[in-house]
Amino acid sequence: MSGQASTTPEPAEPSWTGAVRGRAVRAFPPDKLLPDRQPSWVASWIYVFGVLSITALLVVLGSGGVLALKGPDWWHLSSIGRYVNALHLWSVELFMAFMVIHLWGKFFMAAWRGRRAMTWITGAIAFAASIGTAFTGYLVQQNFDSQWIATQAKDGLNSVGIGAYFNVLDFGQMLMWHIVLLPAVLGLLVVWHVLLVRRRGVVPPIPLAHAEAESETAPGPEEAAS
Amino acid sequence: MTVYDTSAVRTSAVDLNHTGHYLHWGVIQLSVANLVVIGIMIVIFALAVVLPFPKGRGRR
Repeated sequence: MSGQASTTPEPAEPSWTGAVRGRAVRAFPPDKLLPDRQPSWVASWIYVFGVLSITALLVVLGSGGVLALKGPDWWHLSSIGRYVNALHLWSVELFMAFMVIHLWGKFFMAAWRGRRAMTWITGAIAFAASIGTAFTGYLVQQNFDSQWIATQAKDGLNSVGIGAYFNVLDFGQMLMWHIVLLPAVLGLLVVWHVLLVRRRGVVPPIPLAHAEAESETAPGPEEAAS
Repeated sequence: MTVYDTSAVRTSAVDLNHTGHYLHWGVIQLSVANLVVIGIMIVIFALAVVLPFPKGRGRR
């Protein structure tokens, strides 16, 4: 295999791995995937809340992993267990708060502009998945709170006709939703969301986008003179 | 069976040994604690929009 062939995204012969590589490199060239420069409008605190959400999510996943390994006895009764349990709770609180502020910022920027609809949609679904993950987290606390919340959730799910698919009174089922299924869905959505941000770029401010659109449609100096 | 010291669970910086305070507007019911959190989030949002961001390298 020549050195030139190894750097070309197009495969020498048709193959599914070559086709996937070609599409991936075209969609995410290295300077887009890991940029070292950002547009000037990104220099605002409001653009920080996306990465703050991801940072908090990493703490949530790390502390949750430790809790899953050590078990309820440990997180309820040992001092380190209670600390990690509290770390899990407060990182979730920060994750949800940062994510909501990120949502407010993007809503008022109309961040779905410029072929960014799927970025917005994956973010919105990730938010919904986070709420589901948080609710199932309440159910696996194994205390009176979780028993009360489970009975309320049972009535809620029955009232909207999906009670047959979820048994919120089943600790094992809710634990699996909380530590396997929903985090997997949330993780995939977050990765997809970030890749879309990399591909489409950070949405420009509305006045700047208007000015660019007007400069594109306005006639040039020569065209205007003729 | 392992026996753990649970005294730290009973002591807390805030006295939690009472029912929560709630506000009611018709069908809307909101705890004061949640209202405070929402208020803090709105303040942080406003500050993030208003406060200048430190100048950095690598911006065009």
